[in-house]
Amino acid sequence: MAFATAARERRRSTMSSRRRSALTGWLYASPLAVFVIVLFILPLGLVLQMSVSDWPLLGGNQGVNFPDNYVNAIDNRFFVDSVIFTLKYTVAATVLLIGLGLGLAMLVQESTRWKGFLRSSFLIPSALGLASASLLFYVLYSPSAGPFADFMERTGITFLGTPTGALWSTVFLIVWRYAGFYMLLMLVGLQGIPDEVYEAARIDGASRWQIFRRVTLPLLRPTFALTVVLCVTGSLLAFEQFYILTKGGPDNSTITVVQLIYNMAFQGQNDLGMAAALSIIVLGALIVINIFQLRAFRSPDEE
Amino acid sequence: MTSILRRPRKVAAGLAAATIAIVSLAACSSSGDDSEPGGSAGEAPEISAEGVDDGTTLTLWTRAPMEKQANLLVEAYNASHENQVELTVVPNDDYVAKVGAAAGSDGLPDLFAADIVYVPNWVQQGLFQDISTSIDALPYKDEINKGHLSAGTYEGSEYVLPFVLDLSMLFWNKELFEEAGLDPEVAPANLAEYADAAKAIQDLGKDGVYGTATGLNCGGCLVFTWFPSIWADGEEVLSDDGMESLLASDTAKDVYATWQDLWASGAVLPASQDETGATWTQQFTEGNIGLMFYPATLLSSTPFDAGVAGIPGPEGGASTFVGGDGIGISKDSENADQAWNFLTWLMSEEAQVEVLAKNNDVVSRSDFANNEYAATDPRLVTINEVAGNGDTPVAINFQQAFNAPTSPWLELVRNAVLNDTGTVDADNDAITDVLSQ
Repeated sequence: MAFATAARERRRSTMSSRRRSALTGWLYASPLAVFVIVLFILPLGLVLQMSVSDWPLLGGNQGVNFPDNYVNAIDNRFFVDSVIFTLKYTVAATVLLIGLGLGLAMLVQESTRWKGFLRSSFLIPSALGLASASLLFYVLYSPSAGPFADFMERTGITFLGTPTGALWSTVFLIVWRYAGFYMLLMLVGLQGIPDEVYEAARIDGASRWQIFRRVTLPLLRPTFALTVVLCVTGSLLAFEQFYILTKGGPDNSTITVVQLIYNMAFQGQNDLGMAAALSIIVLGALIVINIFQLRAFRSPDEE
Repeated sequence: MTSILRRPRKVAAGLAAATIAIVSLAACSSSGDDSEPGGSAGEAPEISAEGVDDGTTLTLWTRAPMEKQANLLVEAYNASHENQVELTVVPNDDYVAKVGAAAGSDGLPDLFAADIVYVPNWVQQGLFQDISTSIDALPYKDEINKGHLSAGTYEGSEYVLPFVLDLSMLFWNKELFEEAGLDPEVAPANLAEYADAAKAIQDLGKDGVYGTATGLNCGGCLVFTWFPSIWADGEEVLSDDGMESLLASDTAKDVYATWQDLWASGAVLPASQDETGATWTQQFTEGNIGLMFYPATLLSSTPFDAGVAGIPGPEGGASTFVGGDGIGISKDSENADQAWNFLTWLMSEEAQVEVLAKNNDVVSRSDFANNEYAATDPRLVTINEVAGNGDTPVAINFQQAFNAPTSPWLELVRNAVLNDTGTVDADNDAITDVLSQ
């Protein structure tokens, strides 16, 4: 389009029309530009400024404090633990969500009689906000108010009482909440694969497994790229579910990186500068991780 | 600060103003009351001791645990004054974040209450206006709770008055005591007797009934209920400057050992292990717990016959944590004179006795301790008496060291009671590290 516009402009080659079309272009672009500046560039600039400033929550900006904020953020006694825990959670959530999403999508696609019923029942949890879903599970897991309270008392099993239990109970919530959403994305990908390819494979005598391995999976590559990037980024930024369910407990075993940022800013240290520094570190890490992911999922003919 | 020109609405107030010469608490914050009717040409050069009651709308923030008391106080004030207070109640966990965000954008309400353990830090950060001159002029200043006043004093200036006092007390369920063959009228005299009573009630084997309960994942609850056991034996928990933790003393270790034993014996409500504070008192209120260290503000909402005593230490004695919230005028308030009107009313007999004491709450002024309502309930007399032996710890980094979900104090308690790791000394050093930052 840019070329076409340029070519047209060259043909006309009058100053006034060129100026007019430039103005129209700016007008078209300006609403988005305003949104990007107000909602993205300005907050990012503020976080950058905070991250190099001594900025207590209650006291406001107290001047430059670089690079101490970054050093202190990394020196925090929960930094390493929270990074390890976040990665662990991300791997668990991503493997389960992508696997289940694909499985559910194929189930829904194959089944004919129950298609509508299955599709809606998998998708309904996605209609619930994550915070509301977490509160729902908080009660469900509660050893005093939940429906499993008697069971927990008899067996001595608690959902959120041990580090492993807390991690998997939270992963279960996330799977329940998001599996339907990933199923939907996978379903779109599956439906994008032309029937002719399957037909050709069947004529060539391929088994179901061979079709899945050699036809479905390779052709789902763009869908995998989308879902994995979404899932990894979302999981690395996990906050609400842990904030509501575990508050980082028991014994500080379920602190995610974002929760650490929140704790630094609002729960104790009340140091916005250090929290902003950690946010910038996380932002940098996310950019690097996503560049790698997009590279890895690029289809061979794009290179 | 210069004095300001002001025409008090009421003649009486004007007279009071003339006699008690107070330098303005907020000279710069005139609130456009030039249009006030009834002002004479010769304007009074200072505000009245009672502040200004001219129909201004004041905003007041408090946290959820104080909701009941705050509602009663605001209702009573609004009914008897032209100023109207708009109360906003914020969930406990979100309160610091909300105040922080408002402080950063100069959007604090006229008045706001703060957990008394956070007050030293917030005062130092300049969130409150200096009201020393006004407080010093109060004829009953010496009667106001000293723990709260000193928590709100920074470099010799006073910023905060007590809003609602909350004391931690030993509560016991008389019915369960009787069933277990214990004397329902006599409180356990020391921690060992406390543990014995809890085990006796546990041994009843009643479904869903436990000996005792606490908030083992709630730093604030543990500070509130376990510090008094250490004070009761004459030990300290913090150095005077609030920079060093003394929580590895022999007394403190005795306290942890008692609880470790109670936990191991199964006499503690199992949910206590993960209790983050939202529901830590619930099971006692429902009558399922034999005895526990419990906030006195909940006396009025405890539906059954409960006994009340001070919190004992390993050797006996009795103490309490004088907690609750302090209240001050925010740095952003432009209605400081009207806000002061609310604060003086809050300290008056009308508020302390007719609102707080009537609701079975502890009064903030010692001269009202033996009021008519306390006389009808001997438990209130007990609470007021123990309040005199209580303490309020003061430390700038209190929140990070004790209340935060990731606090080293929580680690110490969980290690000592749940995991029995024997690392009290090292964990105590970790608290000192945070306190001295």
